[in-house]
Amino acid sequence: MSPADIALAAGMGAAGGLVGGLLGVGGGVLFVPAMVIFLDLSQIEAEATSLLTIVFVAAAGAWRQRGYDNVRIRDGLVIGVLSPIGVAIGVVAANAVSQRVLELSFAALVLFVATQLVRRALRPEAGRSPAAGTAADP
Amino acid sequence: MLSIAAMSDAAATGSDRLVKLMVIATAAGAFSGLFGVGGGTIVVPLLILWFAYGEREATGTSLAALAVIAAFAAVGQALYGNVEPLEALIVGLPAIGGVVAGATLQQRLPERAVSLMFAVLLVVIAVELAIP
Repeated sequence: MSPADIALAAGMGAAGGLVGGLLGVGGGVLFVPAMVIFLDLSQIEAEATSLLTIVFVAAAGAWRQRGYDNVRIRDGLVIGVLSPIGVAIGVVAANAVSQRVLELSFAALVLFVATQLVRRALRPEAGRSPAAGTAADP
Repeated sequence: MLSIAAMSDAAATGSDRLVKLMVIATAAGAFSGLFGVGGGTIVVPLLILWFAYGEREATGTSLAALAVIAAFAAVGQALYGNVEPLEALIVGLPAIGGVVAGATLQQRLPERAVSLMFAVLLVVIAVELAIP
């Protein structure tokens, strides 16, 4: 780990955090390659260490967004508390199928979601009417 | 524990709502376990598409959920001895500055721009994954 490598990893960390704050993701998409390329971690070590990083980054981002009144804390905590079943499924599934199948299926899913978001963003008001979810929070 | 009854009282579709939250939680948890990410790429669009969240609310609520999801996943990985605290600090400290800056910057952007940027992020991830 040279000072230059550390600086580059820190820079990718800052960029990942920026994307995370802007878009509500943890930034793992940038943290993992930063750790593999510049900090010489293996893929599995980088993924594991990325998760620890995300805990603090997401908490800081949520705290900031809370100040802007953009956090429905109950929904967020319900999602978090119910996640361990999925976490366990993910770990088991990751070991059951090939990494290539995982990558391609994830790619297909995010492309589908992207299509939905673009269609929604380009539609005038139809997709923006308040639904049950909006009324349920005080 | 969080009040499921209160959620049902608040909305006629309370049980439907809880089922959808469970689906989001399970899907996000699964992707976290599979790919070592927080699962925000699942949480944000589904809050928007299923619950008609505004973009800023979806991203803020997602971050709160991710902190909990990533904590579970990190504990699981730590049991395998895969977590490296020094590297987490090197990347994480500047990332905390970045996330605060990003959340602040987001307040000045139109919500539609946030949605389109998110879509671009998803396409970039998909392309990166698809190319061997």
